[in-house]
Amino acid sequence: MLEHVELFFKSIFIDNMVFAVFLGMCSYLAVSKKVSTAVGLGAAVIFVLGVTVPLNWLLDQYLLQEGALSWMGPEYADYDLSFLSFIMFIATIATMVQLVEIVVEKFSPALYNSLGIFLPLIAVNCAILGGSLFMQAREIPSLGLAFNYGISSGIGWFLAILAIAAIREKIRYSNVPPPLRGLGITFIITGLMGIGFQSFGGMLTGGDSGPAEEAEQAEVIRTEIPATEAAETEDEIKSEAQDAVSYNDLTNPN
Amino acid sequence: MALLSKKDANLILDPLADNNPITIQVLGICSALAITAELKASVVMALSVIFVLGLGNVVISLMRNIIPSKIRIIVQLIVIATLVIIVDQVLKAFAYELSKTLAVFVGLIITNCIIMGRFEAFALGNGPWRSFLDGIGNALGYGVILIIVGFFRELLGSGTLFGYPVLGDPIAKTGLYATGYENNGFMIIPPAALIVVGVIIWVQRSRNRALIEEN
Repeated sequence: MLEHVELFFKSIFIDNMVFAVFLGMCSYLAVSKKVSTAVGLGAAVIFVLGVTVPLNWLLDQYLLQEGALSWMGPEYADYDLSFLSFIMFIATIATMVQLVEIVVEKFSPALYNSLGIFLPLIAVNCAILGGSLFMQAREIPSLGLAFNYGISSGIGWFLAILAIAAIREKIRYSNVPPPLRGLGITFIITGLMGIGFQSFGGMLTGGDSGPAEEAEQAEVIRTEIPATEAAETEDEIKSEAQDAVSYNDLTNPN
Repeated sequence: MALLSKKDANLILDPLADNNPITIQVLGICSALAITAELKASVVMALSVIFVLGLGNVVISLMRNIIPSKIRIIVQLIVIATLVIIVDQVLKAFAYELSKTLAVFVGLIITNCIIMGRFEAFALGNGPWRSFLDGIGNALGYGVILIIVGFFRELLGSGTLFGYPVLGDPIAKTGLYATGYENNGFMIIPPAALIVVGVIIWVQRSRNRALIEEN
């Protein structure tokens, strides 16, 4: 249970798809002009990540990894098909996206109308393939954790695009220097938000603080993503303090 | 003697500046930012993208009349994925250390929007030779930005270029460090890449006012 909670908050805040590894930046920049479309795309990303990461985990575990084919018989145990993972993952994602689109269109026209136009976009969103590749690279041990990883990375991406869309709606009324308008200022704001998110880095290393406390802290922060500077520096101080504690714990026994 | 007609030459030259894939078309940002903390990784990434986009454009252009338009996305993805697997295997065989640094980002060339974008916008409607030039041009435009960002991040962040110290030794305090200069650790962390790209966009658009967006 604890590992689930840890992975959940780690993938949302510390390894945030946008701010820490820059995945899905293309659609992040292109579809963040309005909050309502950003919410639609964000929801679609959560959904597709939640489906494809566990699916690719199964593929990786029973088909691609070294020795994964041993369930077919001992003579297959030596095969290592991991060089095929790119093509398998992307094929899974492309077909799943098509399938999801068809199913959603058939059974829930309302959801289709809100997600519909974003689904084809998602097949080539790097966040989706990135989710599967990071899942493979980090050797996530179980199907449940893979599902958790998919959903929580999706939520992290959703928060990022929601925040930037809100800021961009407001920034339209500010006097930005002309050469920076549009793309330039969006990059710089994303960079500043990324620096803010860096301060979550100490969240899971802080000494004795239990996961419940962290969850609470995360809740507070989540409600104020376009946070004021004061709140952000406060969080920074907090995480620094936690760092200090953990360093002390490390050095004292020696 | 002209190897390329003027029209063909523009296919290569345009994406280098006024129609740059990263700063103007806003394609392929993801990988541009994640691996630029070192110049070496940026150069290798640029070369990989030149290979994949140049060849991919030719392949798609040759197949453009036989791909049913309904399944073209999947066909394109398979072509890209095949080329990327080749790049990945070559890197693993000849530059293992570097392939560890690039990690999943080689795989993410598959979903690099530049590649899909050029397939859709150019290769599906033009012959192989022009598509090849377009692919090379756009990949070069991408590479130029990558190398600029990598250059500044490595120089200011670690004081090295391609891993060689160019500003002196920070521990022994030689060269520039003797004057009290310090490495800017900020340039190493991921968000710095975004800010560097933002500044490049700023510089480019103040030099060429035609590119300025309406807010």
